[in-house]
Amino acid sequence: MDCYTANWYPLGEEAFYRKLELYSMEWGLREDLRDCVVAAAPYGGPIALLRNSRRDKAPSSRPLLEIYSASGLLLASVPWKSGRLVQLGWTAGEDLLCIQEDGTVLVYNLFCEFKRHFSMGNEVLQNHVLEAQVFHTEFGTGVAILTGAFRFSLATNIDDLKLRRLPEVPGLQQPPGCWAVLSQDRVTVVLLAVGPELFLLDNTSCSSVTPPGLSPSAGPFLHMAVSFNHRLLALFCDSGYIWMGLATLKEKFCEFNSTVRSPPKQMVWCTRPRSRQRAVVVAWERQLMVVGNSSECIRFVLDEDSHLVPELDGVRILSRTSHEFLHEIPEASQEIFRIASMAPGALLLEAQKEYEKESQKADEYLREIREQQLLPEAVGQCIEAAGYEHEPHTQKSLLRAASFGKCFLDKFPPESFVRMCQDLRVLNAIRDYQIGIPLTFTQYKQLTIEVLLDRLVLRRLYPLAIRICEFLRLPEIQGVSRILAHWACSKVQQKDKSDEEVAQAINQKLGDTPGISYSEIATRAYDCGRAELAIKLLEYEPRSGEQVPLLLKMKRSKLALGKAIESGDTDLVYTVVLHLKNELNRGTFFMTLQNQPVALSLYRQFCRHQERDTLKDLYNQDDNHQELGNFHVHSSYSEKRIEGRVGALQNALDEFNKARNDFAAKATEEQIKLLRLQRHLQEDFDKPYLDLSLHDTVSTLILDGHYKRAEQLYREFKIPDKRYWWLKISALATRGDWEEMEKFSKSKKSPIGYLPFVEVAVKHHNRYEARKYAPRVPPEQRVKAFVLVGDLEQAAEAAMEHKSEAEMNLVLSRCSPGTDGALAEKLTRARAQLLKK
Amino acid sequence: MAFAGRRDAPEPPDFGILKRLARDQLVYLLEQLPGKKDLFIEADLMSPLDRIANVSILKQHDVDKLYKVETRPAPGASDQFCFLVRPRVRTMRFIADIVNADKMSGRSRKYKIIFSPQKFYACEMVLEEEGVFGDVTCDEWSFYLLPLDEDIISMELPEFFRDYFLEGDHRWINPVARALQLLNSLYGPFGKAYGIGRCAKMSHELWRDLEEESEGEGQGRKPEIGHVFLMDRDVDYVTALCSQVVYEGLVDDTFRIKCGSVDFGPDVTSSDRSIKVLLNAQDKVFSQIRNEHFSSVFGFLSQKSRNLQAQYDRRRGMDIKQMKDFVSQELKGLKQEHRLLSLHIGACESIMKKKTKQDFQETIKAEHSLLEGFDIRESTSFIEEHIDRQVSPIESLRLMCLLSITENGLIPKDYRSLKTQYLQSYGPEHLLTFHNLKRIGLLTEQAAGETLTAVESKVSKLVTDRAAGKITDAFNSLARKSNFRAISKKLGLIPRVEGEYDLKMPRDMAYVFGGAYVPLSCKIIEQVLERRGWQGLEEVVRLLNGNEFSVSDSTVEDNPAWESQRVILTVFLGGCTFSEIAALRFLGKERGCKFIFLTTAITNSARMMEAMIEARA
Repeated sequence: MDCYTANWYPLGEEAFYRKLELYSMEWGLREDLRDCVVAAAPYGGPIALLRNSRRDKAPSSRPLLEIYSASGLLLASVPWKSGRLVQLGWTAGEDLLCIQEDGTVLVYNLFCEFKRHFSMGNEVLQNHVLEAQVFHTEFGTGVAILTGAFRFSLATNIDDLKLRRLPEVPGLQQPPGCWAVLSQDRVTVVLLAVGPELFLLDNTSCSSVTPPGLSPSAGPFLHMAVSFNHRLLALFCDSGYIWMGLATLKEKFCEFNSTVRSPPKQMVWCTRPRSRQRAVVVAWERQLMVVGNSSECIRFVLDEDSHLVPELDGVRILSRTSHEFLHEIPEASQEIFRIASMAPGALLLEAQKEYEKESQKADEYLREIREQQLLPEAVGQCIEAAGYEHEPHTQKSLLRAASFGKCFLDKFPPESFVRMCQDLRVLNAIRDYQIGIPLTFTQYKQLTIEVLLDRLVLRRLYPLAIRICEFLRLPEIQGVSRILAHWACSKVQQKDKSDEEVAQAINQKLGDTPGISYSEIATRAYDCGRAELAIKLLEYEPRSGEQVPLLLKMKRSKLALGKAIESGDTDLVYTVVLHLKNELNRGTFFMTLQNQPVALSLYRQFCRHQERDTLKDLYNQDDNHQELGNFHVHSSYSEKRIEGRVGALQNALDEFNKARNDFAAKATEEQIKLLRLQRHLQEDFDKPYLDLSLHDTVSTLILDGHYKRAEQLYREFKIPDKRYWWLKISALATRGDWEEMEKFSKSKKSPIGYLPFVEVAVKHHNRYEARKYAPRVPPEQRVKAFVLVGDLEQAAEAAMEHKSEAEMNLVLSRCSPGTDGALAEKLTRARAQLLKK
Repeated sequence: MAFAGRRDAPEPPDFGILKRLARDQLVYLLEQLPGKKDLFIEADLMSPLDRIANVSILKQHDVDKLYKVETRPAPGASDQFCFLVRPRVRTMRFIADIVNADKMSGRSRKYKIIFSPQKFYACEMVLEEEGVFGDVTCDEWSFYLLPLDEDIISMELPEFFRDYFLEGDHRWINPVARALQLLNSLYGPFGKAYGIGRCAKMSHELWRDLEEESEGEGQGRKPEIGHVFLMDRDVDYVTALCSQVVYEGLVDDTFRIKCGSVDFGPDVTSSDRSIKVLLNAQDKVFSQIRNEHFSSVFGFLSQKSRNLQAQYDRRRGMDIKQMKDFVSQELKGLKQEHRLLSLHIGACESIMKKKTKQDFQETIKAEHSLLEGFDIRESTSFIEEHIDRQVSPIESLRLMCLLSITENGLIPKDYRSLKTQYLQSYGPEHLLTFHNLKRIGLLTEQAAGETLTAVESKVSKLVTDRAAGKITDAFNSLARKSNFRAISKKLGLIPRVEGEYDLKMPRDMAYVFGGAYVPLSCKIIEQVLERRGWQGLEEVVRLLNGNEFSVSDSTVEDNPAWESQRVILTVFLGGCTFSEIAALRFLGKERGCKFIFLTTAITNSARMMEAMIEARA
């Protein structure tokens, strides 16, 4: 490890920088990078390249748009057929934005598949886009353009496109020297330099600004750089002077004179969270300079054309043959590896090495740390430093040291160690050049595992993603299932396989994994135009509720109806039914319903309350005469006029006849007859008879003394004798026409006997009348009759005559001791005699 | 198992939490519409709401005025309207009318509809058709379960009966499944589920699906309810059609118990106003007589009043201190008891009066002969006379149905003549009522031969389809036979008794019908629980038209030591009567287990008949 710090370059007192190679590039570029439009996504993202777009204007040769992984493996390429390209850029979700001269922005995915496009405004069509920048803020990915009319437009979030046209810069006649998008307090503004002047453009105004402490001899601004977090700003002037400070222009950190007067190709910030130095990397054709708060700077010679990619914690340097990472050495690594460091971590690392050599020096080192009681810190340092190392070999030795140190500690919480081991395994796996995602530990933590998994899924690296999920024991729903679902969604797009094959392959892999929605996959299949596959996939969906919306979308309404019914969810059935109603013509709609009784009854319920006429049509369609009859009967009640009512009932009668329901037909016929009669009665007696039943009609007639008319109805409607007698005597009694009642009782032999006469009279408190009928009551009921009229003597006599114990008891129970003492005695005696026998 | 030896029945779980859950959710929903608002409440939600959140709670949450749905708001009404409704098309139209009227007059308001227990798509459709969908916001109040008493939970969905059994409308099955899910999550997991009936089966299946989707969290918890038994009302119409003679049932038949409370009118209170009384286990007097046969109630009440008097009388020998204690501790309780006692005595007298007027004894006698199946002719003439004399349309209908269902349909001559008589007596619109009764199978004609109806044969062509298969049995109910006589024989529903049946010391569940008949529904439950399944009941099941099931949840530990194994949730789909409740309470006491009742609504014969009557539009 003696040479470990060989590639460390100091800048100022405290900070060291190092440049390490991530990959030697596999892409075999023939051209120089300067001939291409290049864009690399942050967080070790992919690289997009459009060749010879600017120089070669020959229309015959179509430029090629290529996307490479960070290790230079070709992911996809496509001939560029659209208009002239101004700028490439990546969104936070790793979509490629291609900004064209006419202001159209085309969005491609990682595999050069076109996703969508949007425009940066009509104004651009005439003026063209001169320059464009893609920027990232907390609102998402934004695009800013400078038009040929020297006006700026920007959209802060391309997923929620709201174009903002910034105000004019007064007196701007030529493109600004340089410009950048700043994000301050959730507001995005543009900073631009016109010669030696700086302007800040916000939504409404353009104001001139001056950076504090700017050297008077600085000269016009040629370049500016905003840091990854939008907090820092660097300005490069044509005198070679560099100003570094806060993006708010409120504070200067430092300045530096590079003495290079030519404009740099690129200038980016190179910092990290909790940086000791805030440095800027400036690149010219053949040299690279790292400058910070120090009179010295670090210089590198560039052998080839290079492209700088700012990252959260450093700068990536791309060239035709290699991909390097330049960063400030993190604190923990510095502590451990600095030459002659006596930091606890360094000692621990040393101790572990000696231990492996079986040297007793191990003990001395260890003792030294433990005496200062710094062992926990030492372990912590080793663990942390391991995270910053790119080489598995170094990672291992640091972790080994940590694990060695841990042995001498009681209760050192193991989580940090375990966590680091896991993280490093994941990181090493994705850094592999086959995968080509050179994430640093710091970036990985910022990005989170969920986003990393999403990115793997985007790259269709499903097996690796699943392995990582399993390795980290992520819950299935967020981990494996989600990835499988993505896999399936991309599987359905494989056009070379048959529907059957794809469906089977998907089912085999997915099975009943929890959290998998087959309907989502089917939706995707349908979106790719594979309806049959979608239906096959839906078969695997266990929740029928989920199947229905897609089936409807696919216009498989009848299938949807079946599924909805199966689900037992009536809401779903309604959804489908009402959908069908709009989709099909009425006849077909009804036919469909006829085959689905559950749906039919639901729809009937709906119609019953909402569209009664449809109900009629439904029954008509089905030749359901019985229900049609009922329908007409029902609607007859809402008819106010007798004629209307009779008409409705006539219809009902027809239907009942067709339904061969004789009973209903006859009943309806009678009702029509009754209605007509009631109309006459109404006219004759000027009294409402409508809505009365036959019984009530006759009863009312008697009550009003129209005995003849009642008699007529009785004959006409063949009212059974019993009913008529009951009806007549109760009505007569209510009316109090006892004379008529007596006459009636003698008209012929009563079919209901004479007890009812007694009862009715008693009910109306006319015992006198009641007594008249008591003797006519047949012997079996006579006792009861006499009791009712209160003639206990006779009752007793009758009871004794019948020799019935029960009857005697009945009479006895009515005897009050005061008045009927003698009678009671007589009865008791008779009963005793009876029992003796 | 539940029936091992005679043990004390376990205490029922605490269902108060159901009320608290419902209240909290309602308050949350009301708060979603901040500021003063007027609340429109569906008429049949008023009583249940009152049991959950009274007016003062509503006022606390900025409810200004309360209206009944169907009443027009006063002109000076608030700027925000909240509607608390059942998901019904009619109500939606009412709301749409209000919104449209406001629009016409240029008045802008906020409208919020809270559906209870859940929203139906059809309602949204109506709102959309009426053009107000964008003007209202919709929410759901998942108020599925109202605990009426410590062992009775009601869904308060009386329309379930007509909607499902008559109209074949399946939309209430989902709420039932959700209610089961809720109970299962709070008091389960239920180890074993039994059931009979198509609706029971579908509800059970849907509930299982819901459980699967939600990945039950309640695993491994100690359950408070061990078994669940689901039963469709159409398995046993007979019991529901009988006149009730246990006290609680009689009170329901006579005064209509509404949502666990009853309005005793002036004839009971012997004053000029009516009193609303909550009837539940908290009422010390009522809880002792509710399950008693009416004939024993009077005796009990007079005994009770004598005891009460004796307690009052103790005052006489007291010194000052004892008197003080008596007044502070006991007097209030005694007074309360006294008040309740006089109310129940009043109620009894009123019942007696009404019943003697209607020849109650005669009716009961006729009913008993129908149940036992003798003197059918005499009973038929009794019913005829009943109709001719216009005693009561509901009662006449009930007796006709009872005759039909015990006799497997009326003979054609009677079928025609009774119906004709009925139409003449009570009005021609009952033609539709008869159609309904035929459809549901309550009043049918004895078929000469078994012929399939047109619909059925049409449907049976489609049996290949799984859904249609379900439907085929749905239409079986059209021509379904009740087979009551055969079932009664198989299960011994008519007790053979030597001498008088002692109603004070009942021996079996038959006491709830004066010793004449063991309620079929309860008998089935008893048999299945005893056999831990349907083995040996195959013949009965066949006669009941099948659809039985018995499912054990293998994930639930079957620990016989747990009290919960003796707590059984009985679910009545389509309503249950107080007589059935009394019978099962009796059974529970006998067997040392506790029955909990979950019903779509409390029902009785009159409510069932009313549900079938086609009202004049």
